[in-house]
Amino acid sequence: MAALAEKYRAEIQSILAKYPPEHKRSAVMPLLFVAQREYGHLDRQAIAEVAALLQLEPTEVGSLIGFYTLFHDRPGPTYRLQVCTDLPCALRGAEEFARELRQELNVSQGEPDTDGQIAVEEVKCLAACDRAPVFQLQEPGGIHYYENQTLETALAVVEELRGRAGSD
Amino acid sequence: MLRNSEAEPEVTEPIVLRHRVLPEFDRLTVYRQHGGYQAFERAVRSRSPEAVIQLVKDSGLRGRGGAGFPTGVKWSFLTPGVFPRYVVANADESEPGTFKDREIIERNPFQFLEGVAICAHAAQANVAYVYCRGEFWDLTSELDRKIAELEGAGLLGDGLFGTDYSLRIYTHLGAGAYICGEETALLESLEGKLGQPRLRPPFPAAEGLYGKPTVVNNVETLANLPLILERGVDWYRSVGTKQSPGTKVFSLSGHVKRPANVELPLGTTFRELIFEHGGGILGDKKIKAILPAGASAPILPAADDVLDSGMDYESVAALGSALGSASIIVLDETVNIAWAEAKITDFFEHESCGKCTPCREGTYWMKHILGRLMTGAARAEDIELLHSVGTGIRGKCLCALGDFAALAVTSGIERFGTDFKVHAVNGQ
Ligand SMILES: Cc1cc2nc3c(=O)[nH]c(=O)nc-3n(C[C@H](O)[C@H](O)[C@H](O)COP(=O)(O)O)c2cc1C
Ligand code: SF4
Ligand code: FES
Repeated sequence: MAALAEKYRAEIQSILAKYPPEHKRSAVMPLLFVAQREYGHLDRQAIAEVAALLQLEPTEVGSLIGFYTLFHDRPGPTYRLQVCTDLPCALRGAEEFARELRQELNVSQGEPDTDGQIAVEEVKCLAACDRAPVFQLQEPGGIHYYENQTLETALAVVEELRGRAGSD
Repeated sequence: MLRNSEAEPEVTEPIVLRHRVLPEFDRLTVYRQHGGYQAFERAVRSRSPEAVIQLVKDSGLRGRGGAGFPTGVKWSFLTPGVFPRYVVANADESEPGTFKDREIIERNPFQFLEGVAICAHAAQANVAYVYCRGEFWDLTSELDRKIAELEGAGLLGDGLFGTDYSLRIYTHLGAGAYICGEETALLESLEGKLGQPRLRPPFPAAEGLYGKPTVVNNVETLANLPLILERGVDWYRSVGTKQSPGTKVFSLSGHVKRPANVELPLGTTFRELIFEHGGGILGDKKIKAILPAGASAPILPAADDVLDSGMDYESVAALGSALGSASIIVLDETVNIAWAEAKITDFFEHESCGKCTPCREGTYWMKHILGRLMTGAARAEDIELLHSVGTGIRGKCLCALGDFAALAVTSGIERFGTDFKVHAVNGQ
């Protein structure tokens, strides 16, 4: 199986072109992002594919997954609303915001909702402390910031996501 | 401290946040209308790398990523005669309370990229990487488009300005690990490995990326370069203090009315930043404490002598803290400092890379003792225990994270002891 290699040939080529040919390994994180976009998470199969692309041992690739918080090794919610509750945001009400959002969605910290689509997680500083409360939306295809949030605006985002998930 | 003008707070022309006064400054045509890329072109055509390094040395520019190390001096440590060399822009920006590099990349991208290019010319590097924290996903895609635009305009690529100099800039996304902001961990991560700090020496200037001489500089540091080259050393040194020249982008957050990035001469007082530019304390409460460098420097009681002190590397050190990345977090009178330090400890415990035992275990223990304290399950002796765990970490770690974590706790206990005792007493 070399599904990624075929489906994303051009993208993989342009990633590899950034690094000296003898230091291909540098491409491992960008390629893991490609794999995560395709598969939603990074299981053994995904890791083996990325390892094969770079002629690395799967264990060398696998050890990275646990180290970096944006990689996920098991199936999870499609959409992760990651609210910053680090100190500067906490001083501006981010902890209450996260709590209220979870209450409103009837989920507990980090647990997905009943459809398994959406989870509310708490994360460390996102470099947006002047615009608290803030969350980033991590989905397989990317990460987007939502700043100066209120419960209403956040719930509107959730509605929109549910609509998207429903229409897939 | 030496100030340009003692009389009144200066409203200096921005050096880094020029987009604040120049509309559409994130467009290449606009940036070039204001002289953009002339400094780089002139450097490539007619200024030797040695001359640029000397100029940056003379300017007194110091690294804006935290350590404040003189930039030109760092460049002069590149091992002579060894090639290829690399330049890496540190855009990992993950220190709690820091959000300046993000604004620079988003709103003033071409000045930042010109700074990268100037640095690459000085280092005689043909490849530069911009290591962005993984959360800057959208920002990084946008930066890729700007880089492509520069290539299209002949400002990046091969045979630049009719010389044989070629330069390519590539972005590289991290994946969520604060420690990758530490320059050697960043290099490991960029090589596709676990982002754990390296033993130093060798320093990156000798053996950096792929074992080759490498310059790692912060985004804000690099963004200073175009105007330093264009306008010269005397102009640059006319702003700021003698030992800390130039401006600094202060990320002001927490209990202020207007949290924001504010670019001011180094040496501006805390009071001016917080009460003039930040509009004072939210709800007009009293100010209690200041964290001058995010989570990574000892906490300061907001007494008058602190508020009237200048924010430059020397003055803040003299107060018993550090300017670091100048992420000023303001805490009002309602904040219990033990709670704040518990949050900070939580951060460091989460972000410790686990390579050295004192940091890995120490942050774990401090987090647990503080957890007991915050849930009312701790006794008075626990505060002493907490302090001794902190002291035990100091000076025993591979990178500065361990010391930062320890100093947060020990400075909190030493300077705000009663805030800790309140919880312990309640717990008995
Ligand atoms: C734990 C830790 C985290 C750091 N994080 C960053 C960061 O996010 N961005 C940054 O520019 N420098 C960071 N630094 C400082 C870098 O190691 C390095 O000194 C800096 O990038 C050098 O650039 P400068 O001389 O332009 O400041 C960090 C240092 C430590 C010890
Ligand atoms: S001090 Fe902490 S973060 Fe730094 S290398 Fe050691 S374990 Fe890692
Ligand atoms: S503390 Fe929340 S974005 Fe910085």
